[in-house]
Amino acid sequence: MLRADRTRLARSADRCFQVLVTTFAALVLVVLGLMLARTTYTAWPVFHRFGLDFVKGRDWAPSRDVFGALPFIFGTVVTSLIAIVLAVPVSVGIALYLTEVAPARTRRPLVYLVELLAAIPSVVFGLWGLIVLLPRLQDHVWTPLSAKLGFIPLFAGPSYGQSFATAGVILAIMIVPIVTAISREVIALVPHEHKEAALALGATRWEVLRLAVLPYARAGIIGSVMLGFGRAVGETIAVALVIGGSPQITASILQPGYTIASVIANQFNEATGIHIQALVGLGVVLFAITILINVAGRLFVWRAARGLAS
Amino acid sequence: MSGVSGRRRVADRVASVWMLGSVLCALVPLAFILGYVAYKGAGLISWTFLSQSEPFSFTERGGGFWNGIKGTLKLITVATLVSAPVGILAAVYLSEYGRGRFATAVRFVTDVMTGVPSIFVGVFIYSLIVLETGHFSAWSGALALAVLMLPIVTRGAEEVLKLVPRELREASLALGVPHWRTVFRIVLPTAASGLVTALMLAVARAAGETAPLLFTSFGNRFVTGWTDFNQPDSALPLLIFRDARSAYSTAQERAWAGALVLIALVLVLTIAARFIATRRSVRTV
Repeated sequence: MLRADRTRLARSADRCFQVLVTTFAALVLVVLGLMLARTTYTAWPVFHRFGLDFVKGRDWAPSRDVFGALPFIFGTVVTSLIAIVLAVPVSVGIALYLTEVAPARTRRPLVYLVELLAAIPSVVFGLWGLIVLLPRLQDHVWTPLSAKLGFIPLFAGPSYGQSFATAGVILAIMIVPIVTAISREVIALVPHEHKEAALALGATRWEVLRLAVLPYARAGIIGSVMLGFGRAVGETIAVALVIGGSPQITASILQPGYTIASVIANQFNEATGIHIQALVGLGVVLFAITILINVAGRLFVWRAARGLAS
Repeated sequence: MSGVSGRRRVADRVASVWMLGSVLCALVPLAFILGYVAYKGAGLISWTFLSQSEPFSFTERGGGFWNGIKGTLKLITVATLVSAPVGILAAVYLSEYGRGRFATAVRFVTDVMTGVPSIFVGVFIYSLIVLETGHFSAWSGALALAVLMLPIVTRGAEEVLKLVPRELREASLALGVPHWRTVFRIVLPTAASGLVTALMLAVARAAGETAPLLFTSFGNRFVTGWTDFNQPDSALPLLIFRDARSAYSTAQERAWAGALVLIALVLVLTIAARFIATRRSVRTV
């Protein structure tokens, strides 16, 4: 074979290879698009019939063919907010400790241990939450809380073990690893010069963190909180086991409720016809919420990382 | 710090307590969960549990989770076979050609996809495959897990491929080796152990998932053949979920034992993946 031919052959083989791997990369985009298109298609009769009432309606009664998702959206937001309120101070504390304070020798094992928490399957969190954590929370925390602070609508009794609050606590434990991991990445990017400048001015360790580290990492930490919120919103099995399964909107977080993800998990296999379409529709709503949160959170983290790195 | 005023010192102390307390807040639940699963699960783990199918009633004692264990092994094998080539080739694109707008879009979408709720992936595969074929099946469950693994594999593999030194690629290209052969003979083999790590972490994540299997693989009381993917199939997380909900102590005991098996599987994968990753980084640095 002539040398020129061989070069041409190699070049066209390279070209083919590039097209091949680009196709596979495009496949990732295609899968995401297909997810949205296919589920919307399946749920279309419900969207068409109920319109905006599907997300505004307060009544969910499959036996009467009435489908209003508001109680589930409410439950999803409330449980995720509780999780964020509990998990963020802890996660930022861990992230600061691991990047700025911990002795080099203990840093790596601690990082592994926090990651191990993320490796525990959701269903195991649920099993432990239902059988071990729930009765203890109910006896030692929720009951006294509603007895002492019951005059505040948020904690009005009687308290239930299966409640928004219990689901929120389980979710908080589950999202600590992701919020920690992303905050840690951003905090690690804070320039050394700033910390050294603060130290040179005689700042204490906390003042270094407060004046040099946290302001710089703030956008990234906000992003990590949003991604943690997104994770909590989509969490299914652990919540399904401890939420109580009653579609209601209450002021008290000590009442049983329901979330979008957990109602899909619990009702799908008993559903038929339009009920199934309504549950797929709930899935589309859940997907839309998590995509919005994730896009916003990722943009925050990307921008923060880029801003800090340059 | 003798010159530091009292208030500043107190603030510093409070901050230290907060940070150390936060670490404890994460480690205590971890220890409690692992300890409790080991304590409750160990009692029932036996050859019977690992080799027999579940009994016909929740209230019956004995029996085991073999149908779920075998189902999980089948599902994650096929999910890996599907997601590994796609994810790794997409990662090759990102690391070898990945500049410009399209690559940024792929990276961004992949990141966003890791945040898609796993239950939604189940709903998607249900609507795409189960509704079309008219029945639940193991292969639809495996596909749901593959979709879940895809973004994890892609991003993990890209990180690893980017670590392969430029000089290696350049040396190969300078010798006149075509780019595609450079990828297969130089880049991928150099990154092999890192790719294995990325895959194992994705498998560990998929093995523990319940939500995507609820209405795809569905569950099956009977043990199915290794190559039979047309029937509904059980999985370890599905059995744990159902028995945890059952309200019968006999079933819940099996759920604890199943949780121990599942955690052992997931932790072995995770720790082994980390171990491989550390050994590799020591060798190349």
